[in-house]
Amino acid sequence: MKYNPDQYIYLDWGWGEINATLAFTWLVMALLAGGSWFISRRLSSTTSISGWQNLLEVIVKGINDHIEEVTHRDPGPFLPLIGTLFLFILVSNILSIVPFFQPPTGSLSTTAAYAVVVFLAVPVFGLSTQSPASYLKQYIQPTPLMLPFNLLGDFTRTFALAVRLYGNVMSSTVIILVLVVIVPLVIPVIMQLLGLLTGIIQAYIFALLAAVYIASAMKKTEKENNKSFKGGST
Amino acid sequence: MTSLDIIGFGSVLGAGLAIGFGAIGAAIGEGMAAAAALRSMAQQPDQTSTFTRTMFVSMAMIESTSIYAFVIAMILIFANPIWNHAVKASGG
Repeated sequence: MKYNPDQYIYLDWGWGEINATLAFTWLVMALLAGGSWFISRRLSSTTSISGWQNLLEVIVKGINDHIEEVTHRDPGPFLPLIGTLFLFILVSNILSIVPFFQPPTGSLSTTAAYAVVVFLAVPVFGLSTQSPASYLKQYIQPTPLMLPFNLLGDFTRTFALAVRLYGNVMSSTVIILVLVVIVPLVIPVIMQLLGLLTGIIQAYIFALLAAVYIASAMKKTEKENNKSFKGGST
Repeated sequence: MTSLDIIGFGSVLGAGLAIGFGAIGAAIGEGMAAAAALRSMAQQPDQTSTFTRTMFVSMAMIESTSIYAFVIAMILIFANPIWNHAVKASGG
């Protein structure tokens, strides 16, 4: 049973191979990059804008607002990383209803790579706002006794991020494969719809958790301090 | 029973137990999360969007535990390293 896009091999040269994960990753990348290039070729700042530009503006504005709501800080620096992760995972999960499309997020290699990107982005963003000393101080935050657990948490949450996305996308593929064998008529479509919903939510969750992890390593803003104070008093 | 039989039996049984027991906790937890979110939404309807977002995030976190169980079950059935080793050792 082929439940993993790594198992579909299109080209094999002995020293390397092109499997479905690689092929469809590049397809989604081409779709996203080509689409945005095509739309942003003729941008207008007047009151009459094309429908496509409107769509892009809604997407970017929506991601921006969400990042700001979640992290309580300027979304500017987050947008390129979080937005890219979100759009890529979203598009590859949505396209999984297209026949013969294998979602690249259903491969542990893809999701592990994204989780590693988030894992590396945490210290990069954290050190951009504060000194190394105060960044490292977070690891002994409540007491120095918590140091091993804080360190362990960094790795387990990366692992969890990868396995969560992989498991969700892979499980919907497997359920459909099993159902096609048992009841091939209508039921797989319903499960595919459910898989679509799960895929969209997982894209959102992945981006949101990445934003939360990155923001938690950054220096606390004035706004955030006030917020936590207010939250504690009520 | 040969050792191969025992490993196969154990893997399938273990996969069933893993996903079965793994789903219980997540199901109870998700039910409690949904109930709490619905109660909060009924009390403060204008905060619904915040509650929905937080609920989805927490549900995905809760659900990931059962997804781990599912991944373990899939490994036991389809990519079991002990099984592969036993098959190789028995010369199959």
